[in-house]
Amino acid sequence: MNTPKRIAFGVAAATAPAVSMADYSFNFPDPVTPIAHETLHVHNLFMIVILVIFFAVFGIMIYSMWAHRKSRGHAAAGFVAPRSGKQWFWVSVPFAALLVIDYGVFGVPAYHAILSYEDTRTEADMVVKITGNQWLWQYEYPKEGIQFSSRLTTPRAQIDNEEAKGEHYLLEVDNPLVLPVGKKIRFITTSNDVIHSWWVPAFGVKRDAVPGFLREFWAKVDRPGTYRGQCSELCGKEHGFMPIVVHVLPEAEFNAWLAAQKAGSAAAPADASAPAPETPAADAQTKS
Amino acid sequence: MSDATTIDAHDHYTPGGMLRWISTTNHKDIGLMYLIFGITMLVTGGLMILGVRAELFKPGLQLMQPEFFNQLITLHGLIMVFGFAMPVATGLANYMLPMTLGAPDMALPRLNNWGFWILPPAAILLVLPFFLGIFGIGPGAVDAGWTMYAPLSIQSGWGMDFAIFGIHMLGVSSILGSINVIVTILNMRAPGMTLMKMPLFAHGFLVTAILLITVMPVLAGGVTMMLMDRHFGTHFFNAAGGGDPVLWQHIFWFMGHPEVYVLFLPIAGAIPHVLTAFTRKETYGYRAQVYSMWAIGALSVIVWAHHMFTSGMSTNAQLYFMYSTMLISVPLAVLFFCWIATLWRGSMSFETPMLFAIGSIVLFGWGGLTGLVLADAAADPQYHNAYFLVAHFHYALYPTTALGSMAAIYFWLPKWTGHMINERLGKLHFWIAMIGFNLTFIPQFMVGLAGMPRRIPDYPLMFQEWNMLSSIGAFILGASHLIFIYNIYRAYQGGPKAEAKSWEGAQGLEWTLPSPAPYHSFGTQPVIK
Repeated sequence: MNTPKRIAFGVAAATAPAVSMADYSFNFPDPVTPIAHETLHVHNLFMIVILVIFFAVFGIMIYSMWAHRKSRGHAAAGFVAPRSGKQWFWVSVPFAALLVIDYGVFGVPAYHAILSYEDTRTEADMVVKITGNQWLWQYEYPKEGIQFSSRLTTPRAQIDNEEAKGEHYLLEVDNPLVLPVGKKIRFITTSNDVIHSWWVPAFGVKRDAVPGFLREFWAKVDRPGTYRGQCSELCGKEHGFMPIVVHVLPEAEFNAWLAAQKAGSAAAPADASAPAPETPAADAQTKS
Repeated sequence: MSDATTIDAHDHYTPGGMLRWISTTNHKDIGLMYLIFGITMLVTGGLMILGVRAELFKPGLQLMQPEFFNQLITLHGLIMVFGFAMPVATGLANYMLPMTLGAPDMALPRLNNWGFWILPPAAILLVLPFFLGIFGIGPGAVDAGWTMYAPLSIQSGWGMDFAIFGIHMLGVSSILGSINVIVTILNMRAPGMTLMKMPLFAHGFLVTAILLITVMPVLAGGVTMMLMDRHFGTHFFNAAGGGDPVLWQHIFWFMGHPEVYVLFLPIAGAIPHVLTAFTRKETYGYRAQVYSMWAIGALSVIVWAHHMFTSGMSTNAQLYFMYSTMLISVPLAVLFFCWIATLWRGSMSFETPMLFAIGSIVLFGWGGLTGLVLADAAADPQYHNAYFLVAHFHYALYPTTALGSMAAIYFWLPKWTGHMINERLGKLHFWIAMIGFNLTFIPQFMVGLAGMPRRIPDYPLMFQEWNMLSSIGAFILGASHLIFIYNIYRAYQGGPKAEAKSWEGAQGLEWTLPSPAPYHSFGTQPVIK
């Protein structure tokens, strides 16, 4: 990333109000893919709807508990079921509303969202294969002929509380996944041992990595930055220690990175020592 | 009913001491043992999760290593579902079904005894490797999560084999208990009590029992396949041998989802009993509640794969499981509607059982509503296996299995002990439990949305504040159970004398018996008009 751009990016991220209130955050991280945008939208709508239902229903209940108390001398009524056509009508209204909410308000958009979620092939620009291992991730760019593994770099001393914990404690790796911005990436997941699950919250996607099978999903990241996530299927003792770090770069920088990787892997097949790509100044995922 | 009147005649011999409890065929004795066993398991599973919450109080590994942490979360899940929730429900069924149906005892008393006495060895099988592991013997207990996903569970040490046999035995026990419940309900009702006059409590249990008989053999088959994969060279769950790891998930959740309703329906049946007593009003929509319980039971066996939306199912399967899952909200909403309509224009008072019933309804309401969000297959990956999911299912399960059964226990305790409970302690228990529960799980919703996966022993710094609050809440919630146990103990020791009809508005046959109820509930079956 060139310097003015990097500074601009850093300033923008640092002054975003969300950053300062990170620690009691109560919503999804800033969405950066179409699926994540859709999911956040659906989530916000859902939360409003269910909070309204919850407070309306239990508001009625609390009113009743206040008004219909024995200590206020309220005598019990005798009704046990709707008694007239009109009452039947009003009794069925909440259920009709519920069906509309289920199948209309959420069911219809969900239908389109699922189709979009599963459409991994249309206009895909690139394929990345993710392989889960106990306990690291391997990334492969089959067409580009690049392959490397990505493992936790947080020192054991920090985990054992012998050293102060760094800013990206448990969310830092030696070789992050590097992706170009604005390109549709088709991801293929699989595993070498047990089931893992690849999740980057800012991308809004999570897919299991099942040994012996291939699974797919896609992401098209619309902003450069560093995005972090964790394995989210219990995979043994180091399950909590196999993070995911993705660097999303502008296309030119991505191409430069690709070229360097190819040259590096030609020179030294084991490229674990290859320098990690530059980290953009701001960290876009961990704060929301 | 001439033999019913002479039911006591051949039962004069009662051995003393431990032998009485081992050989008893009496529904009250067995019910009590189920309840004591369940509450013992509640404490065991609770202590385990308090260990987990203590570890998660701060980032970093303070108290334990991940291997041990995984055993704790796994045992917590298995113990709470199979050791606490189901036995407590079965205990309530044993104690109360004959009394609410106007029967002298359960239909199959010896089977009843056997069903209970399988439980303690099963629980020992489950936890023995854990304690051996603490003393450095063996690899420790089952550690693949209570869902035991293959192939991780194929890798585990022999704690897994102990768990497989434990689950087999627990399954046998619950199938035996279910057979007994079904036979009792179908054959032992008082004359004139048709199925549609039967108490809702019995309806809830009838659906539960049928669900258990449907799904427990499937789980037994599944864990047997796992055992074969582990030791006998089969490849059911191994892709290299032509199997499929995801097959295990289908088998597990075919049991696991109905299991949620197995835990819920007994409580859904008991809550109207509490509500009618303290509103002094008939239950609203009896028929609607009965049909809803049956509808929930039927739907529960066709929605299982909504637990697997991230596993990479086909698009059509995702659509089907999403839409079928949404359908369950309708019968559940009917139940809520009827409960609230039962409260409406009643003459309410708020004794301890009523508080617990209302707390159960409100919190379970939130659990159900958040379930609506999780049903959306496109949004689900963002919640799935994150703490949001953990908070959701605790809002679904704790208010029903714990708060609901506490409501039922407090409600019927005067009938069991002959003494009224201490209301002040009961109310104290209620409010501490409410504060503790919400303080534990509201932060878990938040931290889940922020991106914290479940089942991790250590976490990034940004999740620290919520986890700290959650851990404080968990210890408050844990402490509330001590008040519960002490209050029950006190009621058995003494207290104000309970009338036959212990609560002013109580309805049902059980309140026609003296308190405490006689050893054989109804010598002569009452006739229902």
